[in-house]
Amino acid sequence: MTEKKRTTIILFSGDYDKAMAAYIIANGAAAYDHEVTIFHTFWGLNALRKEEQVPVQKGFLEKMFAKMMPRGADKLGLSRMHFAGIGPKLIKQVMKKHNAMPLPQLIDMAKEQGVKLVACQMTVDLLGLKQEELIDGIEFAGVAAYLADASEGNVNLFI
Amino acid sequence: MNVVKTVDAKGLSCPMSLVKTKKAIDELTSGQVLEVHTTDKGAKNDLAAWAKVSGHKLVDMKEENGVLTFWIEKA
Repeated sequence: MTEKKRTTIILFSGDYDKAMAAYIIANGAAAYDHEVTIFHTFWGLNALRKEEQVPVQKGFLEKMFAKMMPRGADKLGLSRMHFAGIGPKLIKQVMKKHNAMPLPQLIDMAKEQGVKLVACQMTVDLLGLKQEELIDGIEFAGVAAYLADASEGNVNLFI
Repeated sequence: MNVVKTVDAKGLSCPMSLVKTKKAIDELTSGQVLEVHTTDKGAKNDLAAWAKVSGHKLVDMKEENGVLTFWIEKA
């Protein structure tokens, strides 16, 4: 076979619906045998947080950030019709009805398909997140690593 | 037709019929045929496009009582 094609996605958003779109495209690209990278930065990092609280040393501001940001993929809010938290409950109900895969499972599926999950080190530090607070099996990198992948990318998206 | 494997993706929605199909076809050898059942209407275009780009051959497709059946021959 010829050299593999490549898809890169920057997940900047921490919204459930946008993250879902990103992970559906990633899973689709993996099914096309692409080498897929999702580069998580800023609010997109929240999709990679572990649900449980991990005891880590932090300053006051970092603790505040940790409290205010959603802890993990299932806790993300909606970009529209969030309705103070009722929106996500409704959409998850509708998703169940239509047998659509919830975000946490889409992430598991992506990992299983060999999608490379990357956390932007600079924004991890900026938001006061610690490596132990993020799910296992991810890489930490910066803009150069992303561009190295993206410059060979056939599909490059920013979500 | 040399159907050696069947994927039941009925009731599943995008992207699961594609992901399941891809996983199953990875286990076949060239020339073997995979049969896919799905109720996802988007799969009609999805699987056809995927087969074309990935080089596999969409041998046949039928729609019956809301169930789409595809036969894909591995390249």
